Amino acid sequence: MPITMRINDQSVTTAVAPDRRLLDFLREDLGLKGSKEGCGEGECGACAVLVNGQLVNSCLVPLGQMQRAEITTIEGLVENSALSQAFIACGAAQCGICTPGMMLAATALLAEHPQPTLDEIRWGLSGNLCRCTGYGRIYEAVAQAAKGGSDD
Amino acid sequence: MKQLLKRRRVGVMTEWMRPQSLEEALDLLAESSQRYKKIAGGTDVMVELQIAPERRPQAWLDLSAVAELQDVTLAANGLRIGACVTLAALRRHPQIQTRWPMLAASAAVTGAAPIQNRATLGGNVCNASPAADNAPVLLAYSAQLEISSPCGTRWMPYDAFHCGYRQTALADDELLAAIWLPYPPEGVRSYYRKVGTRAAQAIAKVGIAALLQDNGLGQMVTARFGLASVAATPCMLPTVSNYLQGRDLDTLSEAALREKIRMDLSPIKDIRSTAEYRLEIASRLVWDAIHHAQ
Repeated sequence: MPITMRINDQSVTTAVAPDRRLLDFLREDLGLKGSKEGCGEGECGACAVLVNGQLVNSCLVPLGQMQRAEITTIEGLVENSALSQAFIACGAAQCGICTPGMMLAATALLAEHPQPTLDEIRWGLSGNLCRCTGYGRIYEAVAQAAKGGSDD
Repeated sequence: MKQLLKRRRVGVMTEWMRPQSLEEALDLLAESSQRYKKIAGGTDVMVELQIAPERRPQAWLDLSAVAELQDVTLAANGLRIGACVTLAALRRHPQIQTRWPMLAASAAVTGAAPIQNRATLGGNVCNASPAADNAPVLLAYSAQLEISSPCGTRWMPYDAFHCGYRQTALADDELLAAIWLPYPPEGVRSYYRKVGTRAAQAIAKVGIAALLQDNGLGQMVTARFGLASVAATPCMLPTVSNYLQGRDLDTLSEAALREKIRMDLSPIKDIRSTAEYRLEIASRLVWDAIHHAQ
């Protein structure tokens, strides 16, 4: 049975196996390689994407459940947004593996809490592991993006 | 993007059934109950698939669109939580936050946000991990399970559901339809704690929920505990509960209580913790619950 979804605002229809992981479909079939595979078991958040606006680990999502879903990957986020500028300004990316997942987690968080407290930021990003930055700069970037957003 | 679209060559067609109603789902199970691998939020099942790809199921029963499993409803006799309600929905639910605060708390420490957005309460129950984060809470709140099969519906107390390590009372042709929580009596105190290596994404070394009622004169009327990661299944503390009934809290002896706890628990040593640590922490948490539950 073909599965039709919207990925980064484009309609995509596929007949691949319904138990194929969304992560593999994005990376291998569509060439959207911004989503990374870290652990493959939902612990690291490197593969995080938004499905219908909600943060999910794409390594745990079978395509069979994506009929009519709206999916946003890192490639679908606005370039030079307040968030990406804040990541650059704060030095929130080092090796970069966790950055796509962090940016999507931050996007989901800011949609729910436009002016998050530090605790809310920590909680919103708690499903995403970073082995370089020590998290401080990432939290700072999210806080700065929230401030930037309020000035618009 | 379209030109990049490729089809994966597959030898065997994988069957994916996504019923929209409970009746449709039960009809599929009536035809062939052993054929389907059941999936809801997928946060455990997809990990299994990754670990053992050779055991890839050929037919799936996807419960994530079954209408009857998606709602939280307040009824006269309690709260009905459809088996496929996500932990994120439970965490945010205003009535759950106020009347069943331990469930809002346990949902909020299961994995992290991306897990809670997909994982379901029914999935956490049916996956039957002894470390399941929401299991202690359901035990403490005296949850009842609504179980549907092609033959009809039956109810069973959740404390009878886990019958061995990762074994449940659910038959192949049955589905967990809902988890019911009775209204806690007025004036009860509750306590939930999960002990893990870090706050998020940890599998519990010990999880505990306690629902306590005292008579206002310092005597315990009832004490109901649920624990995770301290036995082969999520478990209660029947000896401790029995010991505490009617007891004066001011004169309660910690040593005596520890002795009772030992009679109820049989933790194991594994990659996450030692048996001694688990027993020690469980004992301290029970003591803390009795004295500091709110």
